[in-house]
Formats: sequence, C-alpha cells, structure tokens
Amino acid sequence: MAIPKVMGIETEYGIITKGGEEYNPILASSVLINSYASPRLKRVRWDYEEETPLRDARGFEKSALEQSEDDGGLVSVILENGARYYVDHAHPEYSTPECTNARDLVIHDKAGELVLNDSLKSSVEVLPPPQRIVVYKNNSDGKGNSYGCHENYLMSRDTPFPSIVRDLTGFLVSRQVFTGAGKVGVEIGSAEGVNYQISQRADFFEVEVGLETTFKRPIINTRDEPHADAEKYRRLHVIIGDANMSEISTFLKVGTTALVLAMIEDSFLTEDLTLAEPIAALRVTSRDPTCKAGIALSDGRTITAVDLQWEYLRWAQKYLSMQEVDPVTQEVMNRWEQTLAALETDPMILDRQLDWVAKLSMLEAYRDRHGLGWDDPRLALVDLQYHDVREHKGLYYKLVEQGRFEQLVSSEEIRSAVSEPPEDTRAWFRGNVLKRFSSDITTASWDGIVFDVGAESLQKVPMLEPLLGTREITEELLSSVANAGELLEALNNRQ
Amino acid sequence: MPPGEEQKRAKKKPSEDEEIDETPPKKEAKNTEDIDKLIDEIDEVLEENAEEFVRSYVQKGGE
Repeated sequence: MAIPKVMGIETEYGIITKGGEEYNPILASSVLINSYASPRLKRVRWDYEEETPLRDARGFEKSALEQSEDDGGLVSVILENGARYYVDHAHPEYSTPECTNARDLVIHDKAGELVLNDSLKSSVEVLPPPQRIVVYKNNSDGKGNSYGCHENYLMSRDTPFPSIVRDLTGFLVSRQVFTGAGKVGVEIGSAEGVNYQISQRADFFEVEVGLETTFKRPIINTRDEPHADAEKYRRLHVIIGDANMSEISTFLKVGTTALVLAMIEDSFLTEDLTLAEPIAALRVTSRDPTCKAGIALSDGRTITAVDLQWEYLRWAQKYLSMQEVDPVTQEVMNRWEQTLAALETDPMILDRQLDWVAKLSMLEAYRDRHGLGWDDPRLALVDLQYHDVREHKGLYYKLVEQGRFEQLVSSEEIRSAVSEPPEDTRAWFRGNVLKRFSSDITTASWDGIVFDVGAESLQKVPMLEPLLGTREITEELLSSVANAGELLEALNNRQ
Repeated sequence: MPPGEEQKRAKKKPSEDEEIDETPPKKEAKNTEDIDKLIDEIDEVLEENAEEFVRSYVQKGGE
C-alpha cells in the first residue's frame, strides 16, 4: 500500500525594484523578507546543516567544490504556519508547510501570496519613497531566464527510481494542459507562428532525467534530500510545474500527481505509457493552445496530451475502485475528468478555471479592443501583471474580483493559513513550538528543531517522521508544559 | 484488470454535456459589456510605459 503523499510547494517569486536606485535582487529579497519578519517574528535561523541538495537519487553525491551557490548567511526564516521564507539565489522563496492533501496545499500555496503581499506593504515603510519592490508569482522574465515552482512528494524509499522515471515522465509532460500558467511568446529556439504557450516552463527543459535545476533542466529531477528518515523515504522533487495563480490548477496539479505517484508506488500502472521523445512532446504540447497536437508514444501510437491524461485518469479510476476514497481525492477525480472533457471539446470554456486559458482569453479580448499585434509590449505586460501579487494590481485578482474566476477555497481559510499550520503533519508542532518558545530555539529545519534552554549543550528535537508532530499527537503535551525546558524533559521521558 | 471493464470506464466521459452547457455566455450583450468592463480595468491598472517596464523586467535564473 502506497504511503500517504505528504506534500508541499516551493515558489520562487520574480522580483524588481522600481522608482529609484535599483537594488540587486538578493538585496531586494532580503529587504522584503526582513521587513516581513522583523515586526512579526522573533527570528529563528534556518539550520543549513541538514541540507544536501547535491545528493542524487541514483546514489551518488557531487563534490562540495562543484556547488555553484552557497546560501549560507542569506536571510531565511521559519514562519508560525510552519512555512519557510527565504532568499534563494536571487529570489524570495516561499516553501509551504507539509500538507497531506491537495486542498490544504492550495490554501497554503495561496497563503504564500498573502505573505509576499504583506511583505511588500511592510517594505514600503523601510524603503525611501518612491522606491518600491514588486514581485510576481510566475516562472520567467520573457528573456530566457526561468525560476521555479517545485512540488515535493513523500515517497517510499522502496519504490525503484527507474519506475518513477518510466511511469511519471509522460504524465508530467501531458499534465501541462491543466497546470500551465500561460506565456506570451517563445524563449528558446525559434517557433514560427507561436504567439502564446500553455506553459511558462516548457521552453527550459532539455533532458529527461538529472540532478540539475538551474541549467540542463530535467523533466525528472533526481535530487535526493528527503528531509525525513532517509532509510524509509525519499522526497520526489518535481521541478517542471508552473507557479499557478488558479486554485484549481494547483489543486489538479498536486492532486493528480499524488495519485499517479501512489499508483507507481503500488506498481499498479502496468501499461506502457512512455513517450518516444519526451522533450519534443513537452514543447509541442505547450505550443498548441488548441490541445490537438499529437505526441508519439514509445509503442508507436500518436495521441494528444489530453488523451494521455485520459489514460492516467482511467488507471486512477481503477486504482481507487479498490479502496475507500476520501472526499478531497474524490473531488480531484471529478475535476480531473471534467477538465479533460472540456479540454477535448474546447479549451477556451475553461477560462474561469485554468490560468493559461484565462490569460489567453484576457489577451485576446485586450488585443481585439486595442487592435494590437502579438509583439506589442502591452501584451507582455498583461502576461506579467497577471502574476502581480498586489491585489490592486494583479490581473488574476481582478478576474476574481469581477467574479470571472472560480475559487476552490475561502479567503478566510487562506488568511488563517498565514499564521496557522496544517494540523495533520509535523508542521503543526514546528509552528506551535515556534509560537510559544521562539526565544529558546536557536535553529530549525524541516526535520528538526534545536533548543537552547541554558543547559550545557544545545538539544535537538528530531522530526524525521512527517506524520508525527500532528495536533492530535502533540497538542496535549504542548499545553501541559510551561516552558521549553519542560517540553524537552517531557519529550525525553516519552522516548 | 479485465480489459472490458477498462473500456467501459474509458468511454465514460459523462460530465462533458452537463458541464459545458452551463458555462457558455448566456447573453451576448451582457458578455460584451462584461469584457468591456474587464478591459477598462486592465487599462486602469496596467503599469505605465509598457515597453520600458517589460524591458527592465530581467531576472536571474533561480532554483
């Protein structure tokens, strides 16, 4: 039986300064995060010792000398909702806390937008006017530079990596028909007549499998850094997705991917759905907003990306028919099926559900009204501003405001997730310990918290099990202790 | 897996009609008016000097 798919999303936001001296992006990101954190949190440093981004799932490790970036010393904080908010490379990055289902993850991913927007408001107070910072939840600057939105899924260590590669690649390539955030133009190579693409990211993927994330990007990333018990788990790091504004796109993205991974873990997918040329198929699909382009399977058939999704959906239906299905998974299945049916009929009817369709529809209307060619910079600006996280500037938010975009969760749930961790993962313990005892914590990371309670040595509370540290398991304990010292003592007695 | 059953499920794309019938514009006039409102809104909030703004939006690669 597949293990629960604990999951999270990490998003790098695009960032610029306007109205005066231009900061370099690392400085701008630091200013942004500091202006959020300083008035709200007592700072707890991130523990970098546990980070091994260069370990490869295929079993080897690159030498430290080859590390291109050293993130040590950059701003990195843990929030009371269990999320991590930090400077990664030249971007502010928000990593959601661990969630157990697609709906919670949508809520926490959207909470990230609020945190960024709150940060912008706070940054106004420290920047000399009229200088201001602007951030975008997108994946490309339109000039060949990309930054990521990565998903993470807990997998059993027993699942052979080659079976993930075999059964997931075609799924990731074809899922862009509902996960794409849409983009004006093409950034890599030439593509005659392509004015608009389904995906922001498809241009940037060059190989099928690999460790890199910043160049030669692979469809399947092999980073093996579980942030959990490495004997039992791996964390599949999916780097191919677009950052979504649409709650429905995010819901489908993580919900369907988690299902496919569970099937892979259970060796349930016994049909060969591999692609003959995954990279070519990725681009062809992205560059065809009619969703009718054919992609070649290894078995010689040529089908559409939507057809390939139907294949995965049928397997998922069979898989779930043998077990009890929780309501969120049922909703994933319903929406998946409705979305594929609509894409088959006419993708444009999904302009209230999917990012790439909503953006395309908006661009077409704008072009019509002003008689613009596709190369007009105003269209590139509409594209960019769709992802602006300020509610009065972001065009996605304008669609929502005008009742033109379907939402899946309430704004109260999203606001609450800015300060409240999910209850059913270790994020609950992380967030709540931080709320109560931050002055006794020196560092923290995904899988542990280090306390300094004045004893001879620092004490680390390991959290190697993502499904321990839940509210159910630890609330009573937490409410029974008066200080961090008592907490540590109680935890020691438990063991 | 019995192949027959797979086929049955495969053919089942039920929501197609129900879903789609509800979505299309009900009144053309209302729809145009709506779109006008949207475009006015875009014009109102779009950053000034599109060409310069877009040109200056340059990011370092990330990840």
